[in-house]
Amino acid sequence: MHHVLVDRWSRGTSRLHARDPRAKILAVVAFLIVLATTPPHAAVPLMIYTVLLLAGILIAGLPVGSVALRGMAVLPFSLTFGLISWLAGDALRAQALVEKSYLSAVAVLLLAGTTPLPLLLQGLEALGTPRFLVMVTQFLYRYLFVISEQAQHFRLAAACREGAHKKHRRMRFRGAAGALAVLFARSYYRAEGIHRAMLARSFSGRFGVLGGLHFRASDLLFTLAIGMFLIVVRVQ
Amino acid sequence: MTPLIEVHDLHFQYEDGTQALDGVTFSLQPGETVALFGANGSGKTTFVLHLNGILEGQGSVAVCGMPVIKENLTAVRSKIGMVFQDSDEQLFMPTVREDVAFGPLNQGLTPEQAVARAKVALEQVGMTHTLDKAPYHLSAGEKRRVALAGVLAMEPEILVLDEPTTFLDPPAQRNLLHLLQGLPQAKLIVTHDTRFAAALATRAVFFDRGKLVADGDVEEIVRHFDWTYPVLPEDLRYSAQRRF
Repeated sequence: MHHVLVDRWSRGTSRLHARDPRAKILAVVAFLIVLATTPPHAAVPLMIYTVLLLAGILIAGLPVGSVALRGMAVLPFSLTFGLISWLAGDALRAQALVEKSYLSAVAVLLLAGTTPLPLLLQGLEALGTPRFLVMVTQFLYRYLFVISEQAQHFRLAAACREGAHKKHRRMRFRGAAGALAVLFARSYYRAEGIHRAMLARSFSGRFGVLGGLHFRASDLLFTLAIGMFLIVVRVQ
Repeated sequence: MTPLIEVHDLHFQYEDGTQALDGVTFSLQPGETVALFGANGSGKTTFVLHLNGILEGQGSVAVCGMPVIKENLTAVRSKIGMVFQDSDEQLFMPTVREDVAFGPLNQGLTPEQAVARAKVALEQVGMTHTLDKAPYHLSAGEKRRVALAGVLAMEPEILVLDEPTTFLDPPAQRNLLHLLQGLPQAKLIVTHDTRFAAALATRAVFFDRGKLVADGDVEEIVRHFDWTYPVLPEDLRYSAQRRF
């Protein structure tokens, strides 16, 4: 699964992995702002951003091809909007839209690939993200595995009973819709079970945090260096 | 001696009208291990969910001398540790360390104390090496052990295990059995596995349609209700020599 791979990447030991998650989050936010405000015709800054990301991927020891490939997950969306801009007669904007969305996706992937999710969430919370949002993300990530496993079981069970209807797409569609409904109901019951298990361990509505984030001088230096570099590139 | 658990005339009805518990009276003494037998839907799990106040019925429930009421829930839940049937529901934190420390943190311990408790509990169940792993990377047997560690980290006086052998292969069941035999807490075990129960329990009770209909020796209860897995006649058993 896609997120299992990113999870594995995030357990690396490079210098980029060792940075405090807050430093990396701030650097990525700065990158995204600068990228978004770069004019569509500014080819050189866009190239520099690409080189910067490439350097980050190499320093982190992530597979360049794999990251580049996974960044394409946003292309179906950005290509659609790009096509609309192109049809409206603004080819330059269309190209910039696709380029910027792709670079944004790679930047976020680089962040996720160098920061284990628990630390990433802790960093987001420390930077002021509402705790509720962090909790929902945490649960979503955790149970994505369980729910996808159940969905695979459904698919297998359906495949075993396809028989004469194998070629009937409508029947398959109806089966998939039914499975989705059951999956939803099961997810609801599972959520109830999880809540019970939490209550059984004295949960009172607030998650305790084990700590572990240390924003060092080197992290500050890292954030400032990236920020300054991006600003210089942007205003040139 | 004050019983660890004392339940008197407990009734509970689900919202759909199902009478899940119908006048259950039960007690658990220190050092006891009691197996809860009964058909699916007979009220066993509903009963244990009353012991830490997750469900609330009519009647009285007391744990370690404390009535299970809203004001006492935090203290009660520290005394009674519950290991659920599906470990995936119990292991909800991103890493094993955070999951096992979840209970101690809720008990008001500092992060350092909670991690120290987590390490001790993981050592007890032989899972120290998984400390920084994500729960979804563990096997079913490992998940069950980590779930147990999450409960042990709260240092409870009573352990409640709901179908502990479900999803476990025979070696994992054996390991769990040895592990539980070595734990000093009083235990309540909801199970269909009579051999597992016989190896652990000092007493058994039998639930039937929400009533506790028998209380006694494990072997006796198993025999009385014929609560054993079917033994196949010789001619139906698999044989490598048989020609189909």
